Amino acid sequence: MFKTHYRIERKSITLAIAIIVVASIGGLMEIAPLFTIDETVEHDPNMRLYTPLELAGRNIYIREGCYACHSQMIRTLQDEVDRYGPYSLAVESKYDHPMLWGSKRTGPDLARVGGKYSDQWHTAHLNNPRDVVPQSIMPRYDWLSQTELRTQDLGDHLRAQRTVGVPYTDAMIANARADAIAQASPGDADEEALANRYGKATQIRTFDGDPRTVSEMDAIVAYLQVLGKLSDATQPKGK
Amino acid sequence: MAVRERDPHSGHMTTGHDWDGIKELNTPVPRAVWFFLSLAALFSVGYWILMPAWPLGRTYTKGLLGIDQKSQVAKHLDVSATQKANWASRIAKLDVPQIRADAALMAVVREDGHRLFGDNCAACHGMKATGGNGFPNLVDADWLWGGDPQTVAHTIEVGVNSGMEGSRVNQMLAFGRDGILDNDAILAVTAYVQSLSVPSSAKGQAAQVNAGRAIFAANCEVCHGPTGRGNQAIGVPNLTDTHWIYGGDAPSIYTSIYGGRQGVMPAWGQRLSAVDRKILTAYVLDLGTKQ
Repeated sequence: MFKTHYRIERKSITLAIAIIVVASIGGLMEIAPLFTIDETVEHDPNMRLYTPLELAGRNIYIREGCYACHSQMIRTLQDEVDRYGPYSLAVESKYDHPMLWGSKRTGPDLARVGGKYSDQWHTAHLNNPRDVVPQSIMPRYDWLSQTELRTQDLGDHLRAQRTVGVPYTDAMIANARADAIAQASPGDADEEALANRYGKATQIRTFDGDPRTVSEMDAIVAYLQVLGKLSDATQPKGK
Repeated sequence: MAVRERDPHSGHMTTGHDWDGIKELNTPVPRAVWFFLSLAALFSVGYWILMPAWPLGRTYTKGLLGIDQKSQVAKHLDVSATQKANWASRIAKLDVPQIRADAALMAVVREDGHRLFGDNCAACHGMKATGGNGFPNLVDADWLWGGDPQTVAHTIEVGVNSGMEGSRVNQMLAFGRDGILDNDAILAVTAYVQSLSVPSSAKGQAAQVNAGRAIFAANCEVCHGPTGRGNQAIGVPNLTDTHWIYGGDAPSIYTSIYGGRQGVMPAWGQRLSAVDRKILTAYVLDLGTKQ
């Protein structure tokens, strides 16, 4: 058996073919399950999409590298379920491009943080985590409150998401900017249209407590407050 | 076809290649490497047999041990529920004062409640439940909505301004931002409100305080009451004590009057089970009595 290798090594074409065969086994192991992804991922036809404001918040989450310290994946372990709630299902990340499951927890998991704390808490915590959690080692993100959210290209962000399979409609893309502003400005004329496009459960509030502007803080808090709430696939049926 | 040639210096065979008189030794792979490589290969074969491994189109090889993480966690949760059943069923049956009178149950409450409080409540109210700026202290004697067990349990269940159906709702208007009071009026009311809690602060600004009293009567009394003692039925804070949610110094009071306040407490009715909420109620009340 050891001599086989010795012989193959002396024939370049045979060696090249042998390398391709061995390397493709690893590839197949990763690719093969994707062929049946439609059957293995749970279905949730009522799953809501990220609104433009939430998507903008998600982009800020990526920009600031939040995923380096926070996971969004509750594992199938008893202590995780006890602490964070039902374990994460694949369908819950259906519209996450790219997914933000993360692989390291310096801070807690955020997969179900939506609705767990108030907007005021999130704003105070992002401005200076030590104000609310004295022992926290999280950096402060106080510039988010002072930075106006870039909304003019949100339609393009939605279009990019549609290219990879998120079912945003033309109306959603066309109204992305107005929808983002409306979500952070209760009483806005576009509020009803926003709720019609993204569902009645869409949270429309002044997330950062300042109704005058739409800041990056509005976006990231809107995103954090919807984590785990887009799908109710983990809820027992009939509840 | 290998060219059999032994290197006279090292005693190893050469590969037979010759590069301008330089030859390559064909040193064998050390035995230890072969040993561990074979061991790893054997282990993987055993693993394929015992554990879920190979994808087979629409399914996969399940393995002899039948391990499945989802059913495993369900089993663990069941076991843990059975272990808890003994005290959980008693907590479910008894009301909070009865639980607090039962030393054995309170030992459970102090342990499990500590975990629940740390996971869910401590972010806002602090690990010792002493609150913080914007988040009420739960261990002092001053309650916003009332400190009897039923009221505390209800607050935990529905939250405050939580958006959930049946939520407790209250709001202090933004008297300055919304133009209800002008700046001078807010300064006067600030002086008056501060004097309610710290009477000595009225010294030297009697005119302000008196002006503030009239404005208070016209604008604030509706909720805070004629004496400023608040109203627990609608979650209105007492202004005459020294417990403040948003700070009792003049700038903080001014900010509260100018921009209004509408604190939010999330509803825990859907996130936590009835037993967990009852444990938290007993835990919070227990913390209060320890102070």
